[in-house]
Amino acid sequence: MSTITLSALNIEKEKNEILHSISLEFPEGKIIGLLGPSGSGKTTILRSIVGLQRITSGSISVLNQPAGSKALRSQIAYSTQSASVYGDLTCTENIRFFASLFKENELSVTEILELVQLTKNRKQLAQTLSGGERSRLALATALVGNPKIIILDEPTVGLDPVLREELWGLFRRLCEKGKTLVVSSHVMEEAENCDHLILLRDGKILAEGTVSELKKITGKSDMDSVFITLVRGK
Amino acid sequence: MNLHRLLANSRRVLQQLRHDPRSMALMVFAPVLLLTILKYVYYRQPEVFQNVAVSMLGVFPMLVMFLITSVSTLRERTSGTLERLMVSPISKVEFIGGYAIAFGFASFIQAILVSSFAIGPLGLRIQGSQLALIWVAILDALLGLAIGLFVSSFAKTEFQAIQFLPVVLLPQLLLSGLLVPRSQMPRTLSDLSNALPLSYAIDATRKVAMGSESIVHDSLVIVAFLFGLLLVGSLTLHRRTR
Repeated sequence: MSTITLSALNIEKEKNEILHSISLEFPEGKIIGLLGPSGSGKTTILRSIVGLQRITSGSISVLNQPAGSKALRSQIAYSTQSASVYGDLTCTENIRFFASLFKENELSVTEILELVQLTKNRKQLAQTLSGGERSRLALATALVGNPKIIILDEPTVGLDPVLREELWGLFRRLCEKGKTLVVSSHVMEEAENCDHLILLRDGKILAEGTVSELKKITGKSDMDSVFITLVRGK
Repeated sequence: MNLHRLLANSRRVLQQLRHDPRSMALMVFAPVLLLTILKYVYYRQPEVFQNVAVSMLGVFPMLVMFLITSVSTLRERTSGTLERLMVSPISKVEFIGGYAIAFGFASFIQAILVSSFAIGPLGLRIQGSQLALIWVAILDALLGLAIGLFVSSFAKTEFQAIQFLPVVLLPQLLLSGLLVPRSQMPRTLSDLSNALPLSYAIDATRKVAMGSESIVHDSLVIVAFLFGLLLVGSLTLHRRTR
């Protein structure tokens, strides 16, 4: 079953075509990686799914409802690329505020702090956090409520490799609980952690499938070479 | 509308204020300083001080709340937190209402402190009640909030937002009757003055000073403006953007 369906999605911004006729089906209960270089349209796709993006033509359905429907707001979590948290609130206050917007919360504030490893920073103002800590806090504020779909825009940028691996472990556990995760990244290596890949370039889909499928098609063993081969092959 | 989310949002805005003690101190210190200067500028004309100072108690909350609302909402827009909220179950009414409750409370504290200072150490005499003056101050603060919310959608940066102050508030101040009684203005200007909310705020503070007339009518006019402006302001909060 598909949780998110994009049909012939076109998006223009100031006469520039950002997404060109994108049709996609996102499988349920999987980690879906949206990979592509910066400027390929990853953020625009994610914003369209959560209903923040004005679309030029085409349609998007999420859990069988049009994207942006009121009923979807308690079922989708979204974390932006720019770590959108309140700089003048502490970590605990930020998480508690976002949690208070939902009727039910699966995890407590303490558990969420633990998951993103910010327990020792809990009383620290967000504006004094390092870049990596701040992006983990943004991720934390997306783990409130009890969402079916979690959309994360570049959640692992600038993190140290150990922490990055731990976060992917967390994503896997969330996925095993039946949630669908859509994670964007411009780092091709991160593909290895995803169940399903969508490779984007210049607002178009370059390829789609599992890591092993894409490696098989191209005959390459690392994701960077897979990407390059796919681009050259077109 | 959900009361729980509304209060959660206002608690969050108050928490943000609490982490910024310098701004809170300035909210009280600036009016106190200006009133003190006013007192000594008009040292030889105490009746002018009496007249101007009471009106200023209505103007300060409006100025301050205009500034902090336009900067806060602009920050919500530029930092991406507004988008996060738009994706969450919180409604626009709960978002704006949360700010109104929090800033209304802050202006309540400001009004108590500043009016007590004016009536006490500065020797401001009012015939009406201090409570009525505080009420007018809170209405003015919310008016400032509503205008600030509306204006912030036309600004791309905090720098621009602040520059809307002279454009939006100073003409109202000039036409409000603070400098020249509204009845003595040319017809066109007095008509214009009748169409601006600050005029009713200044009238109300004067009436409290005289203690003779009721401020119910002025209050109702200000509340009507308030709801009108908040409605327009809420239309500027777009869920979908380009």
